[in-house]
Amino acid sequence: MKKTLLALSLGLGLAVSGAAQAKTLVFCSEGSPEGFNPSLYSAGTTFDASSQTIFNRLVQFEAGSTKVVPGLAESWTASADGLEYTFNLRKGVKYHTTKDFTPTRDFNADDILFTFNRMWKEDHPYHDVSGGDYKYFGWMSMGDLLKSIEKVDDYTVKFTLNYAEAPFVSNMAMDFASVLSAEYGDELAASGNKEDIDHKPVGTGPFVFKSYQKDAMIRYTAHDEYWAGRSNIDKLVFAITTDANVRYQKLKAGECHVMPYPNPADVAAMEKDPDINLLRQEGLNVGYLAFNTEKPPFDQKLVRQALNMAINKQSILDVVFKGAGAIAKNPIPPTIWSYNDDVKDYDYDPEKAKAMLAEAGVSGLKTNIWAMPVQRPYNPNARRMAELIQADWAKVGVEAEIVTFEWGEYLKRSKNGEHDTVLLGWTGDNGDPDNFMYVLLGCDAAKDGGNRARWCNEEFDSTLRQAKQITDQAERTTLYEKAQVIFKEEAPWVTIAHSVVFKPVRKEVTGFKVHPLGSHIFYDGVDLK
Amino acid sequence: MTSITATTSYSVRSQQWREFWFYFSVSKTAVAGLVFLIGVVLMAIFADVISPHLPAEQYREFAEIPPAWMEGGQMRFFLGTDYAGRDMLSRIIHGARLSLIAGCIVVLMSASIGILLGLVAGFRGGWLETVIMRIMDTIMAVPGLLMALVLVAVLGPGLLNAMVAIAITYTPSFVRLTRASTLSELNKDYVTASKVAGAGPIRLMFISILPNCMAPLIVQGTLSFSTAILDTAALGFLGMGAQAPLPEWGTLIAENRDLMLSAPWTVTFPGIAILLAVLAINLMGDGLRDALDPKLKRS
Amino acid sequence: MFKFLFKRLLVLVPVFFGVTLVAFGFIRALPGDPIEVLAGERGVSPERHAELMAQLGLDEPLWQQYFSYVGDVLQGDLGTSLITNRPVAEEFFELFPATAELAICAMLFAIILGIPAGIIAAVKRGTLVDQGIMSLSLAGYSMPIFWWGLLLIILFSNTLHLTPVSGRLSFLFEVEHVTGFMLIDSLFSDEEGAFKSALHHLVLPTIVLGTIPLAVIARQTRSAMLEVLSEDYVRTAKAKGLSPLRVIAVHALRNAMITVTTVIGLQVAVLLAGAILTETIFSWPGIGKWIIFSVFSRDYYAVQGGLLLIAGCVMVVNLTVDLLYGLINPRIVH
Repeated sequence: MKKTLLALSLGLGLAVSGAAQAKTLVFCSEGSPEGFNPSLYSAGTTFDASSQTIFNRLVQFEAGSTKVVPGLAESWTASADGLEYTFNLRKGVKYHTTKDFTPTRDFNADDILFTFNRMWKEDHPYHDVSGGDYKYFGWMSMGDLLKSIEKVDDYTVKFTLNYAEAPFVSNMAMDFASVLSAEYGDELAASGNKEDIDHKPVGTGPFVFKSYQKDAMIRYTAHDEYWAGRSNIDKLVFAITTDANVRYQKLKAGECHVMPYPNPADVAAMEKDPDINLLRQEGLNVGYLAFNTEKPPFDQKLVRQALNMAINKQSILDVVFKGAGAIAKNPIPPTIWSYNDDVKDYDYDPEKAKAMLAEAGVSGLKTNIWAMPVQRPYNPNARRMAELIQADWAKVGVEAEIVTFEWGEYLKRSKNGEHDTVLLGWTGDNGDPDNFMYVLLGCDAAKDGGNRARWCNEEFDSTLRQAKQITDQAERTTLYEKAQVIFKEEAPWVTIAHSVVFKPVRKEVTGFKVHPLGSHIFYDGVDLK
Repeated sequence: MTSITATTSYSVRSQQWREFWFYFSVSKTAVAGLVFLIGVVLMAIFADVISPHLPAEQYREFAEIPPAWMEGGQMRFFLGTDYAGRDMLSRIIHGARLSLIAGCIVVLMSASIGILLGLVAGFRGGWLETVIMRIMDTIMAVPGLLMALVLVAVLGPGLLNAMVAIAITYTPSFVRLTRASTLSELNKDYVTASKVAGAGPIRLMFISILPNCMAPLIVQGTLSFSTAILDTAALGFLGMGAQAPLPEWGTLIAENRDLMLSAPWTVTFPGIAILLAVLAINLMGDGLRDALDPKLKRS
Repeated sequence: MFKFLFKRLLVLVPVFFGVTLVAFGFIRALPGDPIEVLAGERGVSPERHAELMAQLGLDEPLWQQYFSYVGDVLQGDLGTSLITNRPVAEEFFELFPATAELAICAMLFAIILGIPAGIIAAVKRGTLVDQGIMSLSLAGYSMPIFWWGLLLIILFSNTLHLTPVSGRLSFLFEVEHVTGFMLIDSLFSDEEGAFKSALHHLVLPTIVLGTIPLAVIARQTRSAMLEVLSEDYVRTAKAKGLSPLRVIAVHALRNAMITVTTVIGLQVAVLLAGAILTETIFSWPGIGKWIIFSVFSRDYYAVQGGLLLIAGCVMVVNLTVDLLYGLINPRIVH
């Protein structure tokens, strides 16, 4: 028995490395996708399984960067006032042929209209299908932004906006803007199976969806007629493995080739493993502790600065991130343009912190630290982080209680400002600084609660608003750099860390790049030796 | 047993006790279990004195030190340290306190409510009995851990809520047991006699009937005690029980689970602690059952 | 017999309503807001929030929600998952075979090892063998299985590389899901080696989930056998010079059957509870893992439906066991 088991496991190992006939790449994904239409959902897991494999967008992010490059649109132009965007569509793009659908025409402008009108127009026949909640379309305020979408001819589409919004083109590269097939939609509407458009997806992307077993496996095959060339991988498998320990085990055993989100604790061992390439990149995110600036004594700048100084960030990085992170001093990560490296962080200095608290007239402060119940790249273990901050603050005479709620409750209550201090973070959507600073620290966000510090600074806010109106990146950079200086001085947050994203990849895999926006892309030069 | 009436005298009690001890001490494993359990209880009571460090004290420069006998281990941290440099031995010793208290409270809560409802159901009968028993059936239709999990989700994660949730799932077995014993006792002569003598329902329930149903209840209580420790730990493991930094044993395993491969001692020892404590209670429970169950006594 | 069956079914009716009430009541009492959870860090505007609440029917009065819920349940509609927008029953029955397969294997494992162990212990009563078996089974009974699973993974998968770490089948094999039972599907597929792989993946989860039933069965078989061995007719048979082995074998069989049915009846709920932990540890795509995920993500309808369906399974199995009991043991008269 023992022998056969051993032989079998060896056999499996060999099969992975030497699959010469059909190249199968296995990705140990971290969860089941919510579904297969990226416009309806928000999880990275879902995007990996749909937008990055099955679909394309008008414009796309270049593999490994946040640079916007042509996708289904070969080129685009913006009007001088920044209100009109015209996209010239690519010709000869083929849709997937699946068990249920055989396309009769190539991709054209009708597909763009179908895709966006479904999300935008409430009277669109597909609007209410599958719940009709188009998450990112709403979050990016696309409904308010769009004035009209016109089909100029079969291969030209014009978007008109209500106001100038510099990040618009980047938005078009986001997962939610993945282009569906209007022809497939019509066919399903005729047969009365509209929901299938979101469960049995048809797109133009590099991989064709084959089958899905919930919580177990997703299978894809290469799209033979992909417009940018057939992928090197013949078969792509997502082996759904929720536990990070187990994922690592499977990677080591050769049961998968690539895994996301390793345990920080295992990173050191992965680095030593001769079979594994450990790729790393700074994540497009920030983890922070926000002070509720509406509640005394956190309305005092001096107190906020003192508590900043009282925290030993290096120790948090060592214990919580295990080195898989970098100390944050700005609210945006260094991978985003306009990152202001001249800003100086508050040094760890408990003595000075004590003196400053005394100066502010604060003594025997009792407060709370809210710790998130979920794991995020920007905060792999909020509970642990809160314990460390608690211990650090105790040293300057601040007694903090750690509070946690179930995730929905946590978000809701912190949005309502029930916290004193709260741990949270943000992962960028489109690589634009506006997507961090305005969303998290603007005055509008302070009103609706997205700004957990409830901090509304006139000067900071007007700087951000100004930057939104301009399309020139150099001008915008100057404004954002200024905003970061104001932010640091006012200290509404303790900026804690930007994660470093690790992607352990088996040696057989070549050409795999870590994507700063967090997606996993198995096209663009990925191959198996 | 039936001859013992409500007016049990002291001498009868002590004789009963001696008889019990006689049968209990026959089983060496049961005695061993008892001795070990007493050890754990003492450890829990004197945790502050025995444990070499404070359970929450973070020696950050000594994070993830292996146990003393392994390479790189130190005598200061006999069972090693966790991610923040907290001493595992001290955390396990303090954890004993939480696990034992959790077990006790769960048993006390479920037994007192269960016995009360069981007595009422058995004694009163009628629609009240039907309602009580159907509610118990409902609770029992959902697997215990799942029920507890859902209850904790409602009440919010935490040790106290976990105990309440587990206690609720344990109640039906006490109700059923008490009701069954009550029904069998009700027709016996001594009950009829005290009824004739004019004893009220409360007196009948608690002074006449209850003491005579105690044997199976004690056995059930011991059983529940050990499973309560396991279930509390399981909820802790799923992140729904005691919350870190409380060193409850299941929570210790959960919070160190990501170190399972790089620092296995942080997961291994809390598990061994749970296993041994539960085993000791079960050994003792076996002995108790043999000593209290007259049918097995004879064989 | 039919009268008995009818009576049992009648008792199930209030229990069924009890369970719907429990499922409905508890889930509604949950703190937190599913819409907030779905929105995450990005949040949702109050208007959109109200819109979604209305869409999901969460803005109606509670009693109205309950009645429409029960009405739907009686029509077989258990609601739609908030996360995936798919019918709850569909999701449940897609994952159920995985749990059933695991539970059946665990039970078989427990029976195949537990009954002989119990019989041997009874026959060799008081010897070292007996004490050994009983100590082991008590240890199994005392096992925190979530820890046991982790330990086995560290040992067999990580150190000895004997077993796969998780999942049901190697990705190399493409097996069509006909029954949902991987062993059956892989056996009838053309993929060579798929069955072996499926079996291979079952080993550790089966051991982990089967440990407690194994201990219970061994202990119960032993005490049932002891009772038989002390009964008069066995002694008579022995006195008559009949081979004690023969006597034991005949009576052991009947007693084993009774023990097993009792234990199955008692252990379904335990097994399903154990499946929650086992599936979490081994990434086993079954309902235990699914329901945990649903609880954590506040998927109201999924938890409701899941609770109800699991309770339904427990009730059905218990009813079946009751009936089987009558068949095996004619002494029990309904």
